[in-house]
Amino acid sequence: MGFNTNFTVVENVLILRIEGELDHHTAVQLKNEWQHHMQYHQIKHVVLNLEDLHFMDSSGLGVILGRYKEVQQLGGEMVVCSISSSVKRLFDLSGLFKIVRLEQDESYALKSLGVAS
Amino acid sequence: MNNAMQLQFKSVSENEAFARVSVAAFVAQIDPTMDELTEMKTVVSEAVTNAIIHGYEEDPEQMVYISCTLSDHSLSITIEDYGIGIDNVELAKEPLFTSKPELERSGMGFTIMENFMDKVEIYSLPGEGTKVTLTKDFQTSKSLSN
Repeated sequence: MGFNTNFTVVENVLILRIEGELDHHTAVQLKNEWQHHMQYHQIKHVVLNLEDLHFMDSSGLGVILGRYKEVQQLGGEMVVCSISSSVKRLFDLSGLFKIVRLEQDESYALKSLGVAS
Repeated sequence: MNNAMQLQFKSVSENEAFARVSVAAFVAQIDPTMDELTEMKTVVSEAVTNAIIHGYEEDPEQMVYISCTLSDHSLSITIEDYGIGIDNVELAKEPLFTSKPELERSGMGFTIMENFMDKVEIYSLPGEGTKVTLTKDFQTSKSLSN
């Protein structure tokens, strides 16, 4: 039941890759790390790469929604990519795709934000 | 297949993963699809998280109780706490409603349970606790053809 995060900054985009299982327990850790990176780097947009996310519940939706509000305050966009069918189902149920854009993979997501990967 | 099991564990967030993996291991004996297993893990995670955060308000010294019953092709999972209970169950079931917005709760727990399971029954008394019973028929599971 591992949980790992990887943060990379490309121009004004924070790329976050999440690996493992995201629930209430790991959401607390994710929120702290994510907020730290958003404050530490001069970024505007966030790309969320969920390729290696094997499980997520509504706690994950909560932490993503929370950071979306912070990205919105920066005038930026949040883009999610490489999403599994089960995680996509939760996004669909919660209406999160109305505010978070879905792209096929990280390079498409970056291109859509005007950044060459 | 007729079988049953019970689990009890402390109301700490580490046990959310323990609970969903344990229930998934129990359900595995009827050979469910990967999608069905993911659904089971998700609803158990939702109900156990509710018990820890809302029922017990993150008091780590309390206990959460799970019982599972397999009867033919029907699975019943009960998640129970002896915490503060829910004042208004209908309101709690509303999508996006949360009593704890400061904790970044999405308010989607019961909506997910209702979408992933065939039946969701919530029995709650303020001051006494909450019991959630989730039922699902495994029509699509490979076990039917065995």
